[in-house]
Amino acid sequence: MADQTFPVPGSPTPAGPFAGSSGVVDVTPAQHEERTTLLEWLSGWVVTVDHKRLGILYTLYTLIFLLVGGAEAIAIRIQLAYPGSHFLSPELFNEMFTMHGTTMVFLVGMMYIFGFGNYMVPLMIGARDMAFPRLNAFSFWMSAFGGLLLYYSFIGGFGLYGMGAAPDVSWWAYAPLTARAFSPGHATDYWALALIVMGFGTLGSAINMIATTLSMRCRGMTLMRMPLFAWLMLVTSGLTLVTITPLTAAQIMLIIDRYLGGHFFDTQAGGSAVVWMHFFWIFGHPEVYVLVLPTFGIASEVIQVFSRKAIFGYPAMVAASVGIAFVSLGVWAHHMFTIGMTSVGNSFFVLSTMLVGIPTSLKIFNWIATLWGGRIRFNPPMLFVLAFVFQFLIAGLTGIMLSVAPWDWQLHNSYFVIAHFHYILVGAIVFNIFAAFYYWYPKVTGRMLDETLGKWHFWLFLIGFHLTFDTMHFLGFMGMPRSIYTYEPDRGWNHLNLIVSIGGFIQGIAVLIFAWNLVRSYFRGKLAGNDPWDAWTLEWAVPSPPPAYNFAVDPEVHSRRPLWDLKHPDDPDWKYE
Amino acid sequence: MSAIPISSAASPAVQAWTLPSRGRVAMLCLIIGESAIFTIFVVAYVFYIGKSLTGPTPAQVLDLPIFNTVCLLSSSITIWLSERAIDHGRMKSFAAWWALTMSLGIVFLIGTAIEWHKLIYLDGLTIHTNLFGTTFYSLVGLHATHVVVGLLMLSLVLIFTLTGHLTARHSERVQVLALYWHFVDAVWVVVFTVVYIVGR
Repeated sequence: MADQTFPVPGSPTPAGPFAGSSGVVDVTPAQHEERTTLLEWLSGWVVTVDHKRLGILYTLYTLIFLLVGGAEAIAIRIQLAYPGSHFLSPELFNEMFTMHGTTMVFLVGMMYIFGFGNYMVPLMIGARDMAFPRLNAFSFWMSAFGGLLLYYSFIGGFGLYGMGAAPDVSWWAYAPLTARAFSPGHATDYWALALIVMGFGTLGSAINMIATTLSMRCRGMTLMRMPLFAWLMLVTSGLTLVTITPLTAAQIMLIIDRYLGGHFFDTQAGGSAVVWMHFFWIFGHPEVYVLVLPTFGIASEVIQVFSRKAIFGYPAMVAASVGIAFVSLGVWAHHMFTIGMTSVGNSFFVLSTMLVGIPTSLKIFNWIATLWGGRIRFNPPMLFVLAFVFQFLIAGLTGIMLSVAPWDWQLHNSYFVIAHFHYILVGAIVFNIFAAFYYWYPKVTGRMLDETLGKWHFWLFLIGFHLTFDTMHFLGFMGMPRSIYTYEPDRGWNHLNLIVSIGGFIQGIAVLIFAWNLVRSYFRGKLAGNDPWDAWTLEWAVPSPPPAYNFAVDPEVHSRRPLWDLKHPDDPDWKYE
Repeated sequence: MSAIPISSAASPAVQAWTLPSRGRVAMLCLIIGESAIFTIFVVAYVFYIGKSLTGPTPAQVLDLPIFNTVCLLSSSITIWLSERAIDHGRMKSFAAWWALTMSLGIVFLIGTAIEWHKLIYLDGLTIHTNLFGTTFYSLVGLHATHVVVGLLMLSLVLIFTLTGHLTARHSERVQVLALYWHFVDAVWVVVFTVVYIVGR
């Protein structure tokens, strides 16, 4: 099936087996360069408003910062590999875990969402671009410059007040540590301003994504026929609207406190440090769902295509996604059980947190039901998604454990919590991002990623992941707190920490293999054709890479799997939906 | 060659296809996001009512800005009248109502400036005097910033109208912008209630 192609509606020539050479339209950078000067080529990328190019820019940005944030994690793990280490100074260690957290959440997490969303959603819903292409470019560059502002703190923050070179208040930046008195340098200002700037970019992207999914769908693409990835991007963007803005508001308050002498979080003037915690986690907890929901979309697409079955319970999947988004807005204070809330407050947040388990387990049930009886193909995208389903279950179970307030009192700020949320952020989100790369790379570049390297990447990353994060659970039980730069040798944590660090290195090697695969396959990969996976959503109907205008004639769909209808005119889906 | 899907005789016909206006959707999304920002500032204001360790207190220094409020709220009516005018293609009347809306907004800002001048120089209340000052100036200031942004956008429309670039064809876009102005007015109702009634 790999070479089977489907004519683009109204395209001048039928797309050949290999779209790259079919003469439809090809905008691969390499060919572009031959016709233009380097400067023109560069400015073409800088001023572009094409959703596909912006999606690629977002994704490259994500990859660069994935390597940077990963390097910071490796530095942390070298420091903690054995007791009493002097690899990093305590100050540098604080900067490393602050920058690791901030980078991974804002520069990798938020960016990958809008990278994949930008590229894929217009194609999936049969649109020629996003609703507001120029707003799209504006949002990307705002986010990109926000990231540069954050990293400029390594040089710009230094020496002005004789303080450290980068933000060192951790990514949740609790008051009063962020007050002028305790963080006198400019590092914290860079952190707050960078997040405000990125926040505006994210808000713009979210608005654009909602307007696109609601107002740009092709004929027949009703809401209940949208691919689940597009649905999840809609839900995520809606959630982003009401979560990134409280963060922006809180950062404005922090800046007012630091620059204008305000007292929002100044306990000596009657302000409250707990208010910052509330405001931060009102953003911070839904943020985790903002990051994970699009990966549910990725998993739903991949599981369908690689088990050769339509998704089980499509309406339930949509309802569960919306349900998760709503419930996630009411759980933030489970990060704050140890501050001493009332028992009513504790009980509310215990119950609301447990409630998240219902829609999420519904999703797991539906994924397994989709796999059930399918003809499963174990290509790299599917391998990553299968690992995700298992790991997401474990992460959910430790989440339910931590939602019990007395349990949380015991394990708060221990490595158990670190293990829990890395199981989500790495075990669920990063695994699915890798799946998405293997799944959609052929569409974006026209070439397949190498399967052998992909399998090396998968197995090494899986082994490294479990060595690192399974072990961390036990360190948490043994009382190791987070954010400490070293520990005494007689605590009994030595061997386990060494295992965690070894796992970290194995993951690092796996990511380098992946990076090599991305570069190598771009030049030498097998040509993909339009539809290498025999998939069913609209993006696989156009050439790889798609022409600038996506669809020569606006498509018209009648079911959730328009390409199935096309390939099986005798037995189309719309007869049954 | 229409390939997606092949229109066989059995293929169901797609009914009339209408989608919501992208401008309205985007503006409503912006309003939702902005509401979340204001919610955080309002919550901070309400939470810190009466928690200042030093004076002056709201009861000592705040006067009800009735005239200001009337001006801003009636600007919602005038902008609605101008929306109606452009819908019916009456461009002169549109420009007049639009200019009146802007004047009302400017009067509101001048009123705020007079109030702040009194608070700062007569009552000695600045943003770092006490918690009340911090929360008051940031909440009212955030709203005033939105009025300024709104006025900038309204003035662009006015300039385009006077130079003849804006015609009845742009009615939809003007109405999207008017949504923002209505939002700014609605926020003032909340700010007024919280700051001048509940908090005093």
